[in-house]
Amino acid sequence: MTKKKKEIILKALKAAFPHTVPILAGFLFLGITYGIYMNISGFSFIYPLLMSLLVFAGSVEFVAVNMLLGAFNPLQALFLTLMINARHLFYGIAMLDKYQNVGLKKFYLIFGMCDESFSINYSAHVPYDVDKGWFMFFVTLLNHLYWVIGATLGGIFGSFITFNTQGLEFVMPALFVVIFLEQWLKEKDHTSSVLGILLSIIALALFGEDNFIIPSMIAILITLTILRKQIEKRGGWS
Amino acid sequence: MSITQQIITIAMVVLGTVLTRFLPFLIFPKGKETPPYVKYLGLALPGAIFGMLVVYSLKSIDLTIAPYGAAEFLGVLAVVLLHLWKRQMLVSIAGGTIVYMILVQMVF
Repeated sequence: MTKKKKEIILKALKAAFPHTVPILAGFLFLGITYGIYMNISGFSFIYPLLMSLLVFAGSVEFVAVNMLLGAFNPLQALFLTLMINARHLFYGIAMLDKYQNVGLKKFYLIFGMCDESFSINYSAHVPYDVDKGWFMFFVTLLNHLYWVIGATLGGIFGSFITFNTQGLEFVMPALFVVIFLEQWLKEKDHTSSVLGILLSIIALALFGEDNFIIPSMIAILITLTILRKQIEKRGGWS
Repeated sequence: MSITQQIITIAMVVLGTVLTRFLPFLIFPKGKETPPYVKYLGLALPGAIFGMLVVYSLKSIDLTIAPYGAAEFLGVLAVVLLHLWKRQMLVSIAGGTIVYMILVQMVF
């Protein structure tokens, strides 16, 4: 590797790290929780280690513990995963342009596109002199690393961890509120943001916390499609 | 469940996750012109997605029993006010989380 390339990569890492600090706190905590959960469910730390490395999608990993404890049903495992992770389809559509032209890194960026990595990579203002591809790569990699380390630690030490972390899980909603707010301050037209909140709350009330994501996604798609002309005009895209 | 069955189950979870992440990129590859409708969705969706993620991350609040989500509401309020004031992501997140932790550990 040339000296110049090394500098570019190092600069991107330095620029990316501060954006991932909230995730460092959140993922270590949630990862440890997940590892402990696997530990008390009777699995060796190898399981949370491999799962967090290969899946890297928090909610489905918790659900997978029940799949592993229940009867063998691979098709159900596949469909349940598709249902829980369907929201990634939206992330992909939003990232079609941003993840283009970053070389082979693209495959890892898509592989590691969890809620948090997507949110940061979509909304972060990358300084003009920092390589965007490497910046997004390190955001994804660092988040992935925090999650794997947390899950493995939880799996190894299980229930030995006793400090009072009650409430620390709030870093995740706090992160999403900040990103939502940034989007709000940036956009010309708030229709989509308002719809996202409103339709999700309605779906949550109607279908309950385990089943509301797919109905909200469908409702959002339909409404955005019906309102396309107005939103394009007000958003300044047409 | 045998080890083989466990491996197959985990492989299915990996496959399902990878599919949902790669599908849009497989359907609309680089060289091909992305349909205008999908481009529109790419621009219009993020606002709605972030709204949905806010609700998703707070979905377990129970409004029917005391304190009726008061800690979450005050935590979110702290995040919003801090962010409008300083516009520093880390300050807003850390501040809001500390407010929330104090509330759930000492107040409610």
